[in-house]
Amino acid sequence: MKMLRQVAAVTMMNLRSMPQRFGTSLVIVIGIGGVVAVLVSVLAMSTGMIRTLENSGREDRAVILRNGSAAENGSAIPHDSARLILDSPGVKRDTEGKPIGSADTLRLLNLHRLEDDAEVAVALRGVGPQVFKLRPEMKIVAGRMFNPAVNEIIVGKAAIKQFKGVAIGDKVTTRGATWTVVGEFSTGGDSHESGLMADAETVMSSDHRTTFQSVTVLLDSPASFQKFKDSLTANPALAVDVSREREYYKHQSETISKVISVIAYVVGGIMAVGAIFGALNTMYSAVSARLMEIATLRAIGFGSTAMVVSVLVEALLLAFIGGAIGALLAWLFFNGHVVSSSTGGAASGHLIFELAVTPALIAIGIAWACSIGLLGGLFPAIRAARLPVATALRAV
Amino acid sequence: MKYFPLIWAGLWRKRTRTIFTMLSIVVAFLLFGLLQGINQGFNHVIRDLNVDRLYVSAKTNMTDGLPIAYADRIKTVPGVRALSHWTYFGGYFQDARNPLPAFATEPEGLFAVYRDLKIKPEYLEAMKKTRTGVLIGQSLADKYHWKIGDRIPVGTSIWTNKQGSNTWYFDVVGTFDTSSVGAGFPSFYINYAFFQEATALGGGIVHYYLVGVTDPAKATEVAKHIDALFANSTNETRTQTESELAQMQLKQIGDINFIVNAIVGAVLFTLLFLTANTMMQSVRERTSELAVLKTLGFSDTKVLVLVLIEALLLCLFAALAGLALAGSVFPMLKPIFGHFRMPMIVVSMGAGMALLLALVSGLPPAWRARQLNIVDALAGR
Repeated sequence: MKMLRQVAAVTMMNLRSMPQRFGTSLVIVIGIGGVVAVLVSVLAMSTGMIRTLENSGREDRAVILRNGSAAENGSAIPHDSARLILDSPGVKRDTEGKPIGSADTLRLLNLHRLEDDAEVAVALRGVGPQVFKLRPEMKIVAGRMFNPAVNEIIVGKAAIKQFKGVAIGDKVTTRGATWTVVGEFSTGGDSHESGLMADAETVMSSDHRTTFQSVTVLLDSPASFQKFKDSLTANPALAVDVSREREYYKHQSETISKVISVIAYVVGGIMAVGAIFGALNTMYSAVSARLMEIATLRAIGFGSTAMVVSVLVEALLLAFIGGAIGALLAWLFFNGHVVSSSTGGAASGHLIFELAVTPALIAIGIAWACSIGLLGGLFPAIRAARLPVATALRAV
Repeated sequence: MKYFPLIWAGLWRKRTRTIFTMLSIVVAFLLFGLLQGINQGFNHVIRDLNVDRLYVSAKTNMTDGLPIAYADRIKTVPGVRALSHWTYFGGYFQDARNPLPAFATEPEGLFAVYRDLKIKPEYLEAMKKTRTGVLIGQSLADKYHWKIGDRIPVGTSIWTNKQGSNTWYFDVVGTFDTSSVGAGFPSFYINYAFFQEATALGGGIVHYYLVGVTDPAKATEVAKHIDALFANSTNETRTQTESELAQMQLKQIGDINFIVNAIVGAVLFTLLFLTANTMMQSVRERTSELAVLKTLGFSDTKVLVLVLIEALLLCLFAALAGLALAGSVFPMLKPIFGHFRMPMIVVSMGAGMALLLALVSGLPPAWRARQLNIVDALAGR
């Protein structure tokens, strides 16, 4: 009890004297703030990317690709297989008894980014007539839906803001056809909004290709996935891979988000080492500024634990403030910041997403900050505790 | 020069503080060197890319492919020295998680276009004779311990063969040296003729035509000529130089320049604060010493210069150490980025940064030292 009282007394005394060391204290705050801001901003990139891709998936939808294909652009599903897949048990049917699903075909289009004119590959998805039943989240927000059998195309809400030449009324050229943009759609902020859509059969006839790339179906319920999957894998006429839509999209971002995280932690780690030296400097000078005070306290009977704790608390407090400021800066500048990036070739086309500074990221940033503060405060704290009282008092 | 011991003594007045400040600067410039080094390194590699090679792909998008029949027409373009092509095979070994950079090609033309790829003539000869042959880059062959004569199964997600299987078998007939082209270069080549015959669907197209030109100065002219040849056809082409192609691929990733500059900016700003604080503290502690110097007859300007040089010494020394450290890390990055060294421009940029850092952080305390009034300072006011 006595020790706790000592600790509290010395810590409070120390904290009250902090304003006198304002300049040096600022070094910890700014140093750690910088580290956390960089770490959180870079991680916000992978978080945003994962979030956008995961949004694209629903538990009660399944994606079917050709056996062994990692992504749609490497897959091929002929007409008759698509028919078989749609007619399988477990697929939800509409009021007329037709299975709800869409056999999609995918093309990549070279478009130019508005901001820097860079040429990027954008997905053009050919979809089936039941796309609105399959994707209830999909809405036309401007213009109108495309008509089948004519060269009409609709553009995603994110794509229209990022790329040149895809506004309503513009003409888009693909191999073998020129399309008129007639509408703008939203799919609730998922990856489809980064691309364009048109009628699948029209796309395929325009460049004389005969296979779909994937089939997406709406299931009776999330639970009927296994029944659906078993019936497809048991069918000798089909060689397909079946996955839940959410898992499929999650898988698409795995590699690239891992790469971004590694970069974030390597850069953040190196910066943290620099910040630790800065913190050591600050805390050592804080200890030497309090030399007389510490020696006097020790001389009148305060224990060394109280000294250690008081220094550590100061370091942690400063680190916490720095971490919070850094996370706040990252949030202010980058949360919701729109970027477009290739997802590494695995997913189809360019992906447009918003950086997401989530509470979890802020927690990581602050934890990172406190670790730096702890390491930076530890050695100076030990020094304060080991101070030979007599020498210290004489020096004053 | 005779003041050097004085400055040196001032610098090491508080040993721990100087060491920690220096270490922070070392770390910051290590990061600076790495990030800018990689960034500039990419730019360098792109600029130094071979100028006598052209890449022809479908104008709409590379994935659309071009008819194989274009080969004969491209060959007739004046200035074309050699021609080959790549078709993305997209294979993997044993598991989809071990992707292979596999391409179907016309091998003889390939090594004529890429003159810096070294291969033994007998391997190339064997490849021509073995329809199921494969030529593999040395480092890839080492990775999986493949030897000449091995028969390797390659899974592919794209091409089903006529037996209805997604597994293709190839015979290793030779290896080649990829050290001149970097790690990202495709290094698993199968015969296009065999691929064409064995594939169940989607044959007849290639993804890139590779063109070697006779005169690099006329490369753009040749490119325009090729594109004009197929203008207004159903399969329009786009011909790019190697560096245009690389730049385009790099831009797909995003604005690397911006990210690097933002991070480096944050690091240097933080550092500025740290160094400025160290110098400020050091001058404040030495108030009376500086006053003594002035009493001894040191002019105001001389005191200012002494403090500034101390800051310079601190920053430059640590910055160079950091850059040297970054430079020594670069050879370790070779497996990722291929052949590149720390560009000299990054070293000079770094030295410039250090100079700026020293001036900005050293000037306020140096000015303070200059303005010091002897009587006040000695009296401790």
